[in-house]
Amino acid sequence: MSNEATLHSHQEVHGSLEHDQHGNGHDGHEHHGTFISKYVFSMDHKMIAKQFLITGIVWAIIGAFFSVLFRLQLGFPDTSFPWLSSILGHWAENGHIKPEAYYALVTMHGTILVFFVLTAGLSGTFSNFLIPLQVGARDMASPFMNMLSYWFFFIASLVMMASLFVQTGPASGGWTAYPPLSALGDASIGSKIGMDLWITSMALFVVSQLLGGLNYISTILNMRTKGMSMTKMPLTIWAFFFTAVLGVLSFPVLLSGFILLLFDRHAGTSFYLSDIFVAGKALSNEGGSAILYQHLFWFLGHPEVYIIVLPAMGIVSEVLAINSRKPIFGYLAMIGSLFAICILAFLVWAHHMFVTGLNPFLGAFFVLLTLLIAVPSAIKVFNWLTTIWRGNINFTPGALFSIGFVSTFISGGLTGIWLGNSSIDIHLHDTYFVIAHFHIVMGVSAFFGMFAGIYHWFPKMYGRFLNNTLGYIHFWITLCGAYLIFWPMHYEGLAGMPRRYYDYSTWESFKQFAGLNHFISIVVIMVFATQLLFVFNFFYSIFKGRKLTIANPWKATTLEWTTPIHAGHGNWPGEVPEVHRWPYDYSKDGVDFIPQTVPIGPNESEH
Amino acid sequence: MDTAITAKKKWWDGGYSPFNVSYGKLMMWFFLLSDAFTFGALLISYGTIRFSSISWPDPNEVFRSFPGAGEANLPLVFVSLMTFILIMSSVTMVLAVHEGHNRNRAGVAKWLAWTIVGGILFLSCQAWEWTHLWHEGAWWGRNPFMNQDGSPGSSNFTNFFFTITGFHGLHVTSGVILNIIILLNVLKGTYDDRGHYEMVEKVGLYWHFVDLVWVFVFTCFYLL
Ligand code: HEM
Ligand SMILES: [Cu+2]
Repeated sequence: MSNEATLHSHQEVHGSLEHDQHGNGHDGHEHHGTFISKYVFSMDHKMIAKQFLITGIVWAIIGAFFSVLFRLQLGFPDTSFPWLSSILGHWAENGHIKPEAYYALVTMHGTILVFFVLTAGLSGTFSNFLIPLQVGARDMASPFMNMLSYWFFFIASLVMMASLFVQTGPASGGWTAYPPLSALGDASIGSKIGMDLWITSMALFVVSQLLGGLNYISTILNMRTKGMSMTKMPLTIWAFFFTAVLGVLSFPVLLSGFILLLFDRHAGTSFYLSDIFVAGKALSNEGGSAILYQHLFWFLGHPEVYIIVLPAMGIVSEVLAINSRKPIFGYLAMIGSLFAICILAFLVWAHHMFVTGLNPFLGAFFVLLTLLIAVPSAIKVFNWLTTIWRGNINFTPGALFSIGFVSTFISGGLTGIWLGNSSIDIHLHDTYFVIAHFHIVMGVSAFFGMFAGIYHWFPKMYGRFLNNTLGYIHFWITLCGAYLIFWPMHYEGLAGMPRRYYDYSTWESFKQFAGLNHFISIVVIMVFATQLLFVFNFFYSIFKGRKLTIANPWKATTLEWTTPIHAGHGNWPGEVPEVHRWPYDYSKDGVDFIPQTVPIGPNESEH
Repeated sequence: MDTAITAKKKWWDGGYSPFNVSYGKLMMWFFLLSDAFTFGALLISYGTIRFSSISWPDPNEVFRSFPGAGEANLPLVFVSLMTFILIMSSVTMVLAVHEGHNRNRAGVAKWLAWTIVGGILFLSCQAWEWTHLWHEGAWWGRNPFMNQDGSPGSSNFTNFFFTITGFHGLHVTSGVILNIIILLNVLKGTYDDRGHYEMVEKVGLYWHFVDLVWVFVFTCFYLL
């Protein structure tokens, strides 16, 4: 039976690097390799993680800079910035961004941050880095596919980058790319070649996500070290697992949606098109439905927001427990709520479509299911709070960002409950209230989770610490700034101020917000500058940071800290350690922490 | 904890694959699950558009030709033949996998070769059907067929037909290519050296999946 044979080869996984015996002919000798095989086409999950992280940082700077540019337009509609004309050329004449450029910037900002930074940069980095290290595997199940996953992301990045430089500009119909705007090249200049490049890039991105996701799932299920039962895994791993499941099941639907969109663009089909006039002329397209695209998009789109936030939740759970020197509160409830979120995430997509003419009866079910998500979300929040409750907290930058995450997740989650009620959503849909909601609950929270992860695992990645003082400055300005930017937007939204407008100063109803918009834009610039401080800290510390002298600086229980400070490909020089206990034995029986590798003592009870 | 002493192996305790399968097969299963969502999305889109249309062409009228049979009215005969060929290729694939378990190189090669033949035959049939429809004036954006109620048909009939059967055909094509690569490896003796024929099982899973999808595509476009 070939199963036996395979299984046999799997038992050897833990003793040797050559675990890909029946796979792709991978030879496991990278660690003696050349520069190219070590830093570029590396198959070491740790290096691939760093590649994802650094690519993500580059994209984050670009995406955030775009937001600074369009915030200038929103905050200073009457001021001329001649330097804009010098960097944007004909996209900004007399120092004012043109409407087309404004929409392109907004669209690219959303696409870049949602997909390239908070999906690839966050889960790509930490799933890659932590899964093998924390489950006790020498590498991913298929290091080769893992490498491909990064390179597909890289090519997707190149294509998206190229779209910024084509003559008619990048896609500009919003990060959701709704037809007909996205389906008809004549609808706007951003719907021309820029849109094709956008779709191509996103299709490559989906491939990258699938390659990565399949690897994460099978590594977690198949490659755990001896003793690492599912309920001995750190919550990070559970979070990455559900993230990968969400991605593997929802990205393909987006791909289908894009296939139909491409045909509508180039093959004269009418999947999404019906009864349309462009420039006063009626098009012959008939029988399609633009709403169909929205269904396909949001079937991915809603799980996608959890793809972004679940890894952050996992990281925060881990960092909070370690820095409170307390076991995580409600470990099983944490897993259960992740699971519930994962299921519900697939059943709520139409809450983005309450005002599309969705049957109100059907809408009622989506309201119910949407509000149900608040339950597992609340469970998680209470568990984080009870974890730090009366803990002996080390306020490291990682811990601060984790606490910040809990704060923003609560603030943004509460407004989600408003929006989840379809009757309230009729008023709030497509206003700044929605912008405020998802930037706080997704944008800021996920960034905080990511920062927590970077500050916490940087020593494991580079063998040096990030600078703490810069970390504290980074945290406090970002936290205050995030609230100052997004809190006021709730009021603007409640007053009916729509999103995606180019200039509010010409609207009588919104003139009252000129000062507020001005203020928000100034804070945006300050927060952006602070992020550059972090980027400096990051790259400076790679080379000049304080060196790590002990293998386990945070006194953590999990397996990654049992590897040498500079772990080679294969992670553990000798045998992969065996696991005997769950990962949250902090302050147990008066002992500060007990690593997972320590057997349960004769007089000791399991947690 | 030594597994030798415990009577029952604790499958989920780490150190083993809990499902007793290799990671490669596990990945294939998850990939198929995800691909099922791709096809599911396309077919559900088709259903949505079709049910929001007032009327739709009758497949018995559209798919009634057979190569060389001229104007004879043979509704669904040709597509039944195509379906039969594809299902037979699944049977030969089962036999190839079976021979793989017996580590019988010649047997695997023989049945895999037949599977490839089946796949190519299916693709040729599809090519004929597409060409035929094209000559009748059907293509993306063009639908010459009348609705059942006599009104002019929506182009979404042909749009979906070509897109979805094309997407399925693409899957069959990649399946054939995979099968050829594996066949070459079989002939080279790669899997004898490796000690098992698991790769054959993996492409087998893919092949069966593509067949299964066809059953749905067939039902949606030809029967309903
Ligand atoms: C308590 C749980 C939550 C509920 C009930 C909820 C509900 C909603 C609803 C109803 C909308 C649609 C608003 C509209 O367009 O009119 C929405 C938008 C959105 N939500 Fe949430 N949400 C919740 C949590 C989250 C979380 C955790 C994330 C991400 C991590 C998130 C990300 C988003 C995004 C990205 C949008 C807007 C997308 C767009 O239109 O561009 N939400 N939310
Ligand atoms: Cu949603």
